[in-house]
Amino acid sequence: MRADLKLIHDWVPQGARVLDLGCGDGALLAALAHDKQVVGYGLEIDPDGITACIERGVSVIEHDIDDGLSNVEDDAYDLVIMTQALQALQRPDRTLDEMLRVGRECIIAFPNFAYWRHRLYLGFQGRMPVSKSLPHAWYDTPNIHLSTFRDFGQLCRDKGLTIVDQRVGNGDHEPHWSSRLWPNLCGETAIFRVTRASR
Amino acid sequence: MPDTLPPDSVGLVTPQTAHFDTPLALAGGKTLSDYTLVYETYGTLNAERNNAVLICHALSGHHHAAGFHSMEDRKPGWWDAYIGPGKAIDTERFFVVSINNLGGCHGSTGPASINPETQRAWGPEFPVLTVADWVHSQARLADRLGIERFAAVVGGSLGGMQVLQWTMAYPERIANAVVIAATPRLSAQNIAFNEVARQAIRSDPDFHDGWYEEHGTVPKRGLKLARMIGHITYLSEHSMGAKFGRDLRTDQLNFGYDVEFQVESYLRHQGDTFSTSFDANTYLLMTKALDYFDPAALHGGDLATALAPAQCPFLVVSFTTDWRFAPPRSRELVDALMRADKTVSYASIDSPHGHDAFLLPHPRYEAVFGGFMRRAARDLQLEETP
Repeated sequence: MRADLKLIHDWVPQGARVLDLGCGDGALLAALAHDKQVVGYGLEIDPDGITACIERGVSVIEHDIDDGLSNVEDDAYDLVIMTQALQALQRPDRTLDEMLRVGRECIIAFPNFAYWRHRLYLGFQGRMPVSKSLPHAWYDTPNIHLSTFRDFGQLCRDKGLTIVDQRVGNGDHEPHWSSRLWPNLCGETAIFRVTRASR
Repeated sequence: MPDTLPPDSVGLVTPQTAHFDTPLALAGGKTLSDYTLVYETYGTLNAERNNAVLICHALSGHHHAAGFHSMEDRKPGWWDAYIGPGKAIDTERFFVVSINNLGGCHGSTGPASINPETQRAWGPEFPVLTVADWVHSQARLADRLGIERFAAVVGGSLGGMQVLQWTMAYPERIANAVVIAATPRLSAQNIAFNEVARQAIRSDPDFHDGWYEEHGTVPKRGLKLARMIGHITYLSEHSMGAKFGRDLRTDQLNFGYDVEFQVESYLRHQGDTFSTSFDANTYLLMTKALDYFDPAALHGGDLATALAPAQCPFLVVSFTTDWRFAPPRSRELVDALMRADKTVSYASIDSPHGHDAFLLPHPRYEAVFGGFMRRAARDLQLEETP
């Protein structure tokens, strides 16, 4: 399993009701169902991902996250997960609102644009960074809303959300002393665990 | 039909009949004292009797879903693209049962059959049937075949409604549900199209209030019109445009009312063929069953409550250009299943072919459908049958 998914797997409580936005091939949901009796659905638009989910028995709904979650009731889920999709959304802030409307808690993982390699790329080469976590050229990238570890933390604070946990990692999400000290500089990917302000 | 059968065909098949003497109480209040069902089977029922798949047909469908009746047949059954060795419904694993519904005109008891009380054809007096009645009669055939629980019940369009009914009426008898290009209820526009079709038939002077057989007539003009309007709704604007455009049969306009555009010729041909092969009273009855189906209505309009009894995993499939039962109708069903905490997957297949897409070969549709059926076979631990 992908490293960020492994970390998320550890965070998910036993028997939780989960909605996974951009669930890919369903590997996370399948593992959660098997290991933690998690029930839930994945939303996906990639045809190959959808077929893979169906083949492995993961409930997947063909749905574009940018179309909103208006068909999902408030508090329908314990947890809403979104990995590697935030930066490709039309309005990530609104999607975050929606996620915390339908679920009590969210886990969000995304590439940290402030990662030192990206900074070097832009700073010295003067060109848009291309890396393992950001593999596309500027003109064909689906990533239209890149942000940093610090940016996302600020958005959560602006919205009055509670950050339960926040981590960064290198591509393999292995903990390293440098990324603990300077997460915004040394983390290649960021993961946040967020709950809504009490209402 | 070529000289040899394609290797992925179920081959030559023969319809079978089952007669039932136990009266069937119908939703409309009447009772059928006895009746016959015609059906076909493909593949082999395994020793555990847990590999059976039931195929539910659509408005003008019948039991002949796959294979050929004879080497002279030009075309195989109506869903041959998805039933056969190695196909989505793999007959090397599954035992397929395909029924002609009650009220049909392909061998099962219907308006053209003899009413035992009057000793003449039922005609318009044949009781109006509902989807629930069909499913009830299908369950009895399953009893007869020794099938306690279907590995899957599968259907498109009106067939999809029967699948839904199965999950609610016999949740313990269905292990998987596949609902394709269907809807949990007809919209006003759907009912309106059905009513135009019915009026076309009923206003044909040859209809004689449904007693056409006794008058030695066939309401061909009505049936033809009904089929023409139906056919328009089965295709998309795009597929009609791509197929016919504004092409003329001759190279000039004739300033008259004979057939000029190719699309007119096509529709007339479709209507003519249908009017000589389908029974008018059956058509009326089938459209009524479509109109009446609305499981949510029995639960204050809440579809999720209606679906509460269902236990099995669902696959719901829609097609992007289907405007007869458009993707939002499938989403309505999917959303209700999610609200009811059911296991469900949904795919919206990009196809230009409108409602008819559910009958046609399509790589992604095949992948999704086949993937669901393979997972079903795996969960049931089905081996290849000899």
